[in-house]
Amino acid sequence: MSLRQPPIEHSAKQTDFGGWEMPVEFDSIRTEHSAVRESVGKFDVSHMGELTVSGPGATQLMQRLTTNDVGALDPGEAQYAAITDESGIMLDDTVVYRLPEARDEQFLFIPNAGHDEQMYDRWVAHRDQWGLDAEITNRTEEYAMFAIQGPDAPALLGAETPLDLGEIDRFELAAGSVAGVDSLVARTGYTGEKGFEVLCPWDEAATVWDALACQPCGLGARDTLRLEMGFLLSGQDFDPGENPRTPYEARIGFAVKLDTEFVGRDALEGVDVEGPAEKLVGIVLRERGVPRHGYPVQTPDGEGIGAVTSGTMSPTLGDPIALAYLPAEYAGSEESVRVVIRDEPKKARTTTPPFIS
Amino acid sequence: MSFQVPDDCRYLDSHEWARQQNGTVRVGITGFAQDELGDVVFVELPQAGDSVTKDEDFGVIESIKAVSDLYAPVSGTVRATNDDLLDTPELVNDDPFGDGWMIEVELDDESELDDLLSPAEYREQIE
Repeated sequence: MSLRQPPIEHSAKQTDFGGWEMPVEFDSIRTEHSAVRESVGKFDVSHMGELTVSGPGATQLMQRLTTNDVGALDPGEAQYAAITDESGIMLDDTVVYRLPEARDEQFLFIPNAGHDEQMYDRWVAHRDQWGLDAEITNRTEEYAMFAIQGPDAPALLGAETPLDLGEIDRFELAAGSVAGVDSLVARTGYTGEKGFEVLCPWDEAATVWDALACQPCGLGARDTLRLEMGFLLSGQDFDPGENPRTPYEARIGFAVKLDTEFVGRDALEGVDVEGPAEKLVGIVLRERGVPRHGYPVQTPDGEGIGAVTSGTMSPTLGDPIALAYLPAEYAGSEESVRVVIRDEPKKARTTTPPFIS
Repeated sequence: MSFQVPDDCRYLDSHEWARQQNGTVRVGITGFAQDELGDVVFVELPQAGDSVTKDEDFGVIESIKAVSDLYAPVSGTVRATNDDLLDTPELVNDDPFGDGWMIEVELDDESELDDLLSPAEYREQIE
């Protein structure tokens, strides 16, 4: 199977991610990471899916397939949500955008890389099953998507657009031109910094990318930045096959609105009442070593209590950090635990993400 | 991109170098290898007095994105380790053939060096 290609040929080290060949590192992860924390960096995230949903049944279809309250969105607003199955297990996480009124489509949502076709099929199947009047289009290879992130992002992007970026609050979006190209500009991101995501036509992507003159960043820095914030990575921190988890276990209960009707609601109501047995917990190592996906987590006595889902060396802290599902009593605690790295239990303590303030 | 391949070293195809100096052989990883790994954050080395065996792992190197075994280009006894790498592992990125060295080995058999790749052979491998 050949890999899907982003709209721009980048001179960077490449990696296979979700069926796409994407830049992983332009300069060094450390350089790219600190550019975003201290000034500004740009990411080509065109591997993220883009699906639009329109028509009289669009709101109901979105409401019933995502966990957050789509009905609360005004045009130009966005929200984070999970997509769950009947058992409340997360299939993916996504951002749902209610598009500005000037656009023909009503909703745009962003599944993770490689999930666009699966979500398209899911949306079509449920539309037909429920007899809703809605048009669903997979625009993944029509829209390029760039993230411009960091404290200097408003100044950099502001110089290339007539939009008043100060008017776009967190989780809001507006339609406008960027470098002369018709785009959508959303104040969203995956780094914890101030920043924007720009969606523009695939074949005009290079014009926008080149106009935004700042440090290009790859998926390597994207991972260290999101991990310092404790943001989830679909397929790694939860996966319906390998690591089935509910939004409550994954600490994103804030994106579940049980007073709305959606697939998985009834199962999640039960979990909400009982409380999940395990929760995603942050871990900071106190010894040298890098925790990585799958490494066992133990009590100081050597009793197995979980496994690392994501881990890295935090470039900001200079400490090794990790996420792991542990028994729920560890959530909100500062307990001593061990992370087993190459058969060596390394001293660590639990914490509540984000790892940086 | 072209990488430095000093003529005074011999090479293992897993990207370690060996350089003879003052009766021991200094060992590290090549410029190509550190670039492939990216930001090095942790190096685990043997202690002075330990034995290492050619083509067997003697330690571990971790970058932000990957973990990799280190393979000994020669067999012998470790006489010194580069303790600076404990606190500044990024020396491996900054100066892989100099301050980023890893261990010094007293060889069991000097002729073992002849089995390693010459600079020209190694250059060919990474091109």
